Amino acid sequence: MMELSSRVPDGPIERKWHKHRFEVKLVNPANKRKYTVLMVGSGLGGASAAASLSELGYNVKCFCFQDSPRRAHSIAAQGGINAAKNYRNDGDSIYRLFYDTVKGGDFRSREANVYRLAQISVQIIDQCVAQGVPFAREYGGLLANRSFGGAQVSRTFYARGQTGQQLLLGAYQQMEKEIDRGGVTMYPRTEMLDLIVIDGRARGIVTRDMVTGKVSSHVGDAVVLGTGGYGNVFYLSTNAKGSNATAIWRAYKRGAAFANPCFTQIHPTCIPVSGEYQSKLTLMSESLRNDGRVWVPKNKGDKRAPAQIPDSERDYYLERKYPSFGNLAPRDIASRAAKEVCDELRGVGESGLGVYLDFADAIKRVGEQAIRDRYGNLFEMYQRITDENPYVSPMRIFPAVHYTMGGLWVDYNLMGTIPGLHVIGEANFSDHGANRLGASALMQGLADGYFILPATIGDYLASSKLARVDPSHPECRRVEEQVAAYTRKLLDIKGTRTVDSFHRELGKLMWDYCGMARNRSGLQKALEKIPQLRAEFWRDVNVPGSDTELNQALEKAGRVADFLELGELMCRDALHREESCGGHFREEFQTEDGEALRDDEHFAYVAAWEYNGPDQAPELHKEPLEFEYVHLAQRSYK
Amino acid sequence: MNLTLRIWRQPGPRAPGKMVAYDAGDISPDMSFLEMLDVVNERLMQRGEVPIAFDHDCREGICGSCSLMINGVAHGPLRGTAVCQLHMRTFKDGDVIAVEPWRVRAFPVVRDLVVDRGALDRIVQAGGYITAATGAAQDANTILIPKETVDTAMDAAQCIGCGACVAACPNGSASLFAASKLTHLGLLPQGQPERYRRALRMVAQMDIEHFGGCTLYGECQEACPKQISIDTITRMNRDFLRASLTVGRGAVAESD
Amino acid sequence: MSRLRLLWDSSVGKKVILALSGLIWLAYLITHVLANLLVFQGPVKINAYSAFLHGTGGALWVARLVLLAALLLHITAAIQLAARSQDARPTGYAAGRKPQVSTLASRTMRWGGALILLFLVFHILHFTVGTAHPDFVEGNPYHNVASGFHNPLVVAFYLIAMAAVGLHLYHGVWSSGRSLGMSSPSPHPLRRTVALVLALLVWLGFTIIPIAVYAGVVR
Ligand SMILES: Cc1cc2nc3c(=O)[nH]c(=O)nc-3n(C[C@H](O)[C@H](O)[C@H](O)COP(=O)(O)OP(=O)(O)OC[C@H]3O[C@@H](n4cnc5c(N)ncnc54)[C@H](O)[C@@H]3O)c2cc1C
Ligand code: HEM
Ligand code: HEM
Ligand code: SF4
Ligand code: F3S
Ligand code: FES
Repeated sequence: MMELSSRVPDGPIERKWHKHRFEVKLVNPANKRKYTVLMVGSGLGGASAAASLSELGYNVKCFCFQDSPRRAHSIAAQGGINAAKNYRNDGDSIYRLFYDTVKGGDFRSREANVYRLAQISVQIIDQCVAQGVPFAREYGGLLANRSFGGAQVSRTFYARGQTGQQLLLGAYQQMEKEIDRGGVTMYPRTEMLDLIVIDGRARGIVTRDMVTGKVSSHVGDAVVLGTGGYGNVFYLSTNAKGSNATAIWRAYKRGAAFANPCFTQIHPTCIPVSGEYQSKLTLMSESLRNDGRVWVPKNKGDKRAPAQIPDSERDYYLERKYPSFGNLAPRDIASRAAKEVCDELRGVGESGLGVYLDFADAIKRVGEQAIRDRYGNLFEMYQRITDENPYVSPMRIFPAVHYTMGGLWVDYNLMGTIPGLHVIGEANFSDHGANRLGASALMQGLADGYFILPATIGDYLASSKLARVDPSHPECRRVEEQVAAYTRKLLDIKGTRTVDSFHRELGKLMWDYCGMARNRSGLQKALEKIPQLRAEFWRDVNVPGSDTELNQALEKAGRVADFLELGELMCRDALHREESCGGHFREEFQTEDGEALRDDEHFAYVAAWEYNGPDQAPELHKEPLEFEYVHLAQRSYK
Repeated sequence: MNLTLRIWRQPGPRAPGKMVAYDAGDISPDMSFLEMLDVVNERLMQRGEVPIAFDHDCREGICGSCSLMINGVAHGPLRGTAVCQLHMRTFKDGDVIAVEPWRVRAFPVVRDLVVDRGALDRIVQAGGYITAATGAAQDANTILIPKETVDTAMDAAQCIGCGACVAACPNGSASLFAASKLTHLGLLPQGQPERYRRALRMVAQMDIEHFGGCTLYGECQEACPKQISIDTITRMNRDFLRASLTVGRGAVAESD
Repeated sequence: MSRLRLLWDSSVGKKVILALSGLIWLAYLITHVLANLLVFQGPVKINAYSAFLHGTGGALWVARLVLLAALLLHITAAIQLAARSQDARPTGYAAGRKPQVSTLASRTMRWGGALILLFLVFHILHFTVGTAHPDFVEGNPYHNVASGFHNPLVVAFYLIAMAAVGLHLYHGVWSSGRSLGMSSPSPHPLRRTVALVLALLVWLGFTIIPIAVYAGVVR
């Protein structure tokens, strides 16, 4: 029986982290050299952790599947990163960021973690500026800010519409510096396919060299997964094509608990789907909602061009329903509102699956140039994709899968249920509860990587006796053999359907039954269909080529096979959580005016699932959540 | 629309390659170029053939993975656009489209349209950073930086590391890539202490990686999806010249 | 020394050498074209000027040595850079690479340069040593020029060479500013008005002379 001890230090919330940092065991500088940390992932989490650990003196081996660590999907983050700097003097504070994030997460996150995140947010900005991250500035030379959803203060730092890129390049450059110094060894185009657990501790990973196909083991004293989110289980999402769940899923199958798998974030402002061939969805940063007004026609099926529709016949539904937050209502709420109006057949565009994001008033107010300065590159991107000019006609947007709040369960030290296995960034179940506020994932990834993990991993290393292991260890050989066999199995099916066709079908199931709105019967249907689809996959998938070469179809097949299992767990989790909270909206559980209806009495816990073997129902473990500081209340943005 | 593709196929790093013709029937003008390739690949696989390998990830023009030479133009005909953001509406029905990988010695072909751009990472390793150990930073607003300075730094910092500049350069030079980083860091106050050492080492690394020199052809700037200006190259040359006259050889010796 | 070596070893350094040596030659060309234009004012002035040059004795040789050294450096750097770009892309694009913005001038720097070199050799034999001149009179450049352009082949060769020089300068004058890191940032980095005017003037100044002689304006 697995026990979930969050290991949250006691004491007043604002002292916990300081106290903990003092209490953790330290590894003396001379000994750090003797430890090897395997860092899987080179995103904001991975790169910042790899660099910081190497600076401390640890040996770090870092892995990523792209051809360069700089291409991790963090690069795509557009809008910005939050920090409680209160540079605007608008009443922000660590406590307010903490409060907003707990409330934004609809009371399904750990207070202590969130508070720590808010505390560290301040150091992150300092760190990044010191690295040369070119955050936007005022004419006076001070840092600029913008507002993001779910907050009434302006605390978001940004670098045009490329904040993630600049933050990642900052972390990447620090890591390249350490590579140059010899502290970090980088393994690009290397995919982790399994976790090696020896004597109950995570001691290594098995990887596939994506160029030669060579399967090999890497061993060390601790394993860190910073492998990002699993939104691609829906096929269409704002994630990169390569984003996958493989690393965390295989760790799950080795005994790591998977927390809140069904908590997915549907982002309200993405470019609508245009056709069957669509391969991914493109986000239009939330920051656009600073100046854009969201509306649909008042009456059903009004197919007039937006310009032809007079103000009196427009429904600015966010401003109407949520006067105090208006267009900056949190993501889950804004997305659901969009779905509602489209279900009422008031959606726009051929498909009727879209709403307008209108800049006409903003352009009147501040002028086209100001808008161009703020969002120029986003407008260009929109025009390139849709061939429409958002300066003259409103953007068409629709919600799309964007972020996964769920992930591997971790304690206060970011360690999972397998000793030695640490999980950072989007890959862990993180600090965002049931809904992530905008600009807080970059904050969390960097807090984990720069500041938290470097402090906590030492505690694990110093307090555990780790026998030497090397890649010739029988367990390594065994796992390697399993991985090789699994790959051969995929190649030998030689069926008739392509991997993508399965992925698309799974995505549709997930979107229909486990998407923006869920209900019992739908989830039950999905729980029947997914195993059938999985069976068909293993019977009829066609994976061309061999395993001794660059084989992108094979890479995809492995990832989709994992999605086919993960999707089922997500539905199971969604079905068991008989309440609505944040991104998890169960139609059976809503207030009369259609807002999410939580059931704190029965569901104020983290649902951590433990793998029980193939075709066995996983076991549910609960980490109860207490709220001492932010009082449980129905979330209102009215 | 119906197109004919002529695509570079090469089974492996050492294997010989050749251009192979494929018909791409009923392609929607709203598809992105990569979605068009997806469709072609799906059809190839249904016929039991090996799909065309090409690098891609974000498909939003920011990760720098995609890297296709289309009819002799890096990233294709649309200015300031990475190929993943290029849509088929920019082509005409019946067009013949030649697709090749980046071609320089420093980017060996891995397979089909996939090349190894590790050389660019090694250029960054050679000083393309500001040494700022985690935890040592002062408050972010202590050093004021004029908006204009940050904006110019940001223009250069936008580089996505795709390598199109190298692919398009008649000399196979990585000058624009290195220069954009040198400009980004060299403009900021935080970047000053290492400025000249950085210039020496990064330029030296370009030569070590067998990239060509810069004749100022200007093709790189045109191919750059982020439209980074060759003004950055001027700046790199200035910093390098100043460095080589002041710092001397020492800085480089350490690096090689 | 080590610093110069550092400069010489790197591709950026070679461009600096190239630019400096190029600019030395540019300076010479400007004086040279002005001096040559004296032919339109009859024999006296230009011969006097030549006599003055040859009279300075030492100074002339210093100038010649500087030019020679610059030329050698320029050529060596140019050849080495050309070799490096060859080495950078041993196999080209199967479907070719379509130039987008590079000027003809920039793309002909290498062959154009070679042509200029060829021209130089002939030119020295033609007007300085005289062995390539049908009726060479030591110390009488006016006569030499006035009688040096009756052979249409010679005229044609000069005109082609001058075109090469014009093109070479059109790119070179502009690019050297950037190689030396002197040009200031511009919203249109590829614009090069100064280089255009300068190249045109030098080209014109040189070109009209053979034409004028051949047409009998100068005799
Ligand atoms: C379009 C978009 C816009 C966003 N905008 C914002 C924003 O404005 N503000 C904000 O706060 N957040 C934003 N987010 C969320 C945020 O960007 C991500 O949550 C965060 O960057 C995740 O970072 P990460 O390091 O956890 O993972 P990633 O950056 O995704 O990195 C994952 C790494 O793991 C590696 N990897 C994955 N699987 C394997 C494997 N099996 N083997 C080896 N390596 C593997 C990958 O190669 C990669 O290096 C956005 C997200 C998207 C998609
Ligand atoms: C139509 C064009 C030109 C004409 C009519 C011309 C004429 C002459 C003459 C008359 C001399 C001999 C001067 C003397 O001995 O006093 C001379 C010398 C020379 N010219 Fe030209 N020239 C022309 C173009 C050029 C060009 C384009 C170059 C360089 C690329 C050049 C380089 C030289 C050099 C190097 C010398 C030798 C100087 C010395 O060492 O005495 N000339 N030229
Ligand atoms: C008349 C004398 C010459 C002048 C005034 C001259 C001038 C210049 C100038 C100013 C440049 C630009 C340098 C830069 O971009 O930094 C240049 C480049 C060049 N020159 Fe010359 N040059 C002359 C003769 C030659 C000769 C004889 C050759 C060849 C043998 C030559 C070959 C080149 C080449 C190849 C380049 C471009 C190199 C590169 O940028 O890659 N030049 N020249
Ligand atoms: S400079 Fe431009 S072309 Fe070159 S790598 Fe960067 S983004 Fe790509
Ligand atoms: S095209 Fe090449 S020559 Fe220089 S200006 Fe660009 S690097
Ligand atoms: S795929 Fe990321 S830039 Fe094109």
